[in-house]
Amino acid sequence: MKNKIFPIILFAIFTTVFLVFYKGLQNSNIYIPMKNIEKNIPHVEIKKFASNDIINSNKIFQSDKFYLLNIWASWCVPCREEHKYLMALSKEKNIRVIGLNYKDKYKNAISFLNELGDPYNLILQDQDGTVSIEWGAYGVPESFLIYNNKIIKKIIGPLSQNSLIEIKKLIK
Amino acid sequence: MRSLKFLVVLFFIFNSTFLNAQTENLSDKITKNLRCLICQGQSVHDSDSAFANSLKILVKKKLNEGLNEEQIYNFLKNKYGEWILYEPEFNKNTYLLWLLPIMMFLFGGAIIFKLFILKK
Repeated sequence: MKNKIFPIILFAIFTTVFLVFYKGLQNSNIYIPMKNIEKNIPHVEIKKFASNDIINSNKIFQSDKFYLLNIWASWCVPCREEHKYLMALSKEKNIRVIGLNYKDKYKNAISFLNELGDPYNLILQDQDGTVSIEWGAYGVPESFLIYNNKIIKKIIGPLSQNSLIEIKKLIK
Repeated sequence: MRSLKFLVVLFFIFNSTFLNAQTENLSDKITKNLRCLICQGQSVHDSDSAFANSLKILVKKKLNEGLNEEQIYNFLKNKYGEWILYEPEFNKNTYLLWLLPIMMFLFGGAIIFKLFILKK
């Protein structure tokens, strides 16, 4: 009797281990950032783009309005592609587009805006990239839709026709 | 006189490096425990990507602001999710990961006990 229990336990343990690892094999190991969780906006001091004045982020965002915070840089190629969608959004009445200029040179950024147009109501700067991290961003381009001091949508990568439609639907 | 000046300069250099050393070590330790989310298989400390470089600056900033290691981990976990930490937390998804080695160890011990000690 005693001799029989031992192989059975051994077998049971090996099957459980095998099943757990086998199931684990089928799980996707690609990291997908959480996009749909509402988060409060961070309170950080940010420099303004042109004047170098420092402004706190909670003074920029009023609670009853929609904002799109767009992280961009003149050296970033996908930012050029998404620029037309930002221009389209800047014409909408109930949303304000705010730019966060990421690790960029002032001169290059200005010529980028002169060439493609300036969709931003306000531009802030992020020279060392730390402000973007406070926002939970991964890189450029990235956009956050903000309402009531909460991030209600996060778009990682360039905006597309689809995301433009989705944003327009959300702000109505 | 000249050698005295030299000594004074030397004294200040060593003093300042000593003061910096502590935050430097701690920020290295923290960034080694953080996964660089946009690179593959690298820690923030090892990576030279824009994201990792900014994160290194941010960790130093937060240390200067007086946050401790645990608070920085929590801050980043809140922003980017648990994936950014190399050491997984003990929860319902990871209990097997943590407990399996202990279980195997106990089971192996039981086998040894049964085979060699009980037989004597």
